[in-house]
Amino acid sequence: MKKTTAIIASALAVAAGLMSMPAQAEDKNWTKVTIATEGAFPPYNLAKADGTLDGYEIELSKILCDHMKVECTVIAQSFDGLIPALNAGKFDAIMAGMSATEKRKEVIDFSVSYGSTGQAFATLKGGDLETLPMKGELFSLASNEAGARKAVDELKPLIEGKTIGVQTASIAARFIDEYLKDVVEVREYKTTEQHDLDLVAGRVDFVMASMGYLKTTVEKPANSDMVIAGPRFQGGFLGAGSSVGLRKTDPELKALFDDAIAAAKADGTIKRLSEKWFGFDLTPQ
Amino acid sequence: MDIKFALETFWSLAAALPLTLQLATTSIALGSVLALGLALARLSGILALDLFARTYVFLFRGTPLLVQIFLIYYGLSQFPAVRHSIFWPLLREPYWCAVLALMLNTAAYASEIIRGGLLSVPHGQVEAARACGMGRLMIFRRIVMPQALRQALPGYGNEMISMVKATALASIITLMEITGVAAKLISESYRVIEVFVVAGVIYLAINFALTRLVAFAEHRLNPQLRPPLPISTELKGETH
Repeated sequence: MKKTTAIIASALAVAAGLMSMPAQAEDKNWTKVTIATEGAFPPYNLAKADGTLDGYEIELSKILCDHMKVECTVIAQSFDGLIPALNAGKFDAIMAGMSATEKRKEVIDFSVSYGSTGQAFATLKGGDLETLPMKGELFSLASNEAGARKAVDELKPLIEGKTIGVQTASIAARFIDEYLKDVVEVREYKTTEQHDLDLVAGRVDFVMASMGYLKTTVEKPANSDMVIAGPRFQGGFLGAGSSVGLRKTDPELKALFDDAIAAAKADGTIKRLSEKWFGFDLTPQ
Repeated sequence: MDIKFALETFWSLAAALPLTLQLATTSIALGSVLALGLALARLSGILALDLFARTYVFLFRGTPLLVQIFLIYYGLSQFPAVRHSIFWPLLREPYWCAVLALMLNTAAYASEIIRGGLLSVPHGQVEAARACGMGRLMIFRRIVMPQALRQALPGYGNEMISMVKATALASIITLMEITGVAAKLISESYRVIEVFVVAGVIYLAINFALTRLVAFAEHRLNPQLRPPLPISTELKGETH
């Protein structure tokens, strides 16, 4: 029994060694990078009627590749097969609106984030919460915890005694639990659509959810009374946002992407592209 | 199974017990009144009332309670007319929407149970009461109702137990009763077994108490189940 295990293990080791050889040869000097996306998650990535790919990530990838001085090909793959295919060497990077979660970090590496929608509030038009201060301002729990706390303290007297709807076990629910539990009454819903229905019906005064979600929600005709209000929060336990997924064995490529994303952040490319595709700034802070 | 965690869970869930009991008792109490009205409408012999009661039972017994709760909570609030009506202060609250749905649902089942009880009273007794000169109301109060109640009680006990369990559905309209709190605890701790076992034990305890109560009421209403009273000495004396 032990013997067979040893034989299988050594066989696997040999196979792994063989497979990693071409990759290692490339490691030193990346000239060609294949990036996989989903092509069905607008506005991050989408397939146009003629079959070509477009979207925030597609445009951004071109700019990143120019900066890295590599030749990039973008291909489309179903989302749930992306991580296994990356580790099998079918392509070199993932840009598919994928959040860098702890669970995923166990199997692959992630670059720094290139887009974080953050969590925002929505309320009814004409309600007294529509005029919440710091509209559209972004506070990061990771880099500016004190600022975020100050913003929360400024909101507290204005939302005292109001009812807020959040999805059960979501990061919005956790945010309310840690920062606003003592001033608002919380109602928890199975889905975000349900708290939207109750917001429109007037059962809750406001809701908190991902800005990306709220942005598309308020644009639906049925929700014409909904409006996004107040500041946005991101970072920390609210999640790092979308990042490039990479094999753990390619630290050089990760360094290249990190560098290119930092440059795109600095020169305003991320702000420009995200405002074009999402209608608001996704620059992670 | 982690005993310490289960104990913590028990106290969190016990805090939600009053809401579960409140939901069950309010909806059963209001539902029973409606059920009696429906049963009497079915037996009234007036076609319009009979048809109304039949349609009501058909609709509320034929559709899932979950669908009824969704329709009352999310459905009604879609109409601006409802939101501007005098009922909105009640319909706005998830609690009253849940009570309304549970009450309307239990009334449909209970009306059939009560109807069965009323029909079980032998016609001869009613005739005899009439021959004694009793009025309709007095016959109902003294002859029909006590016997109908006795007949309906086992079936009605079943219905009350299913109502206690049906309150679990109120969690989907944001009410934090036992199941609602249990679902929240699971989403935070990912420990399904402990939380649901404890929740199950609490429901079991409520229903155990309820079945004892029903058994006690049954005992009270059925003198033939009790041992005969000892013949008093005074009566004995008189035979001499």
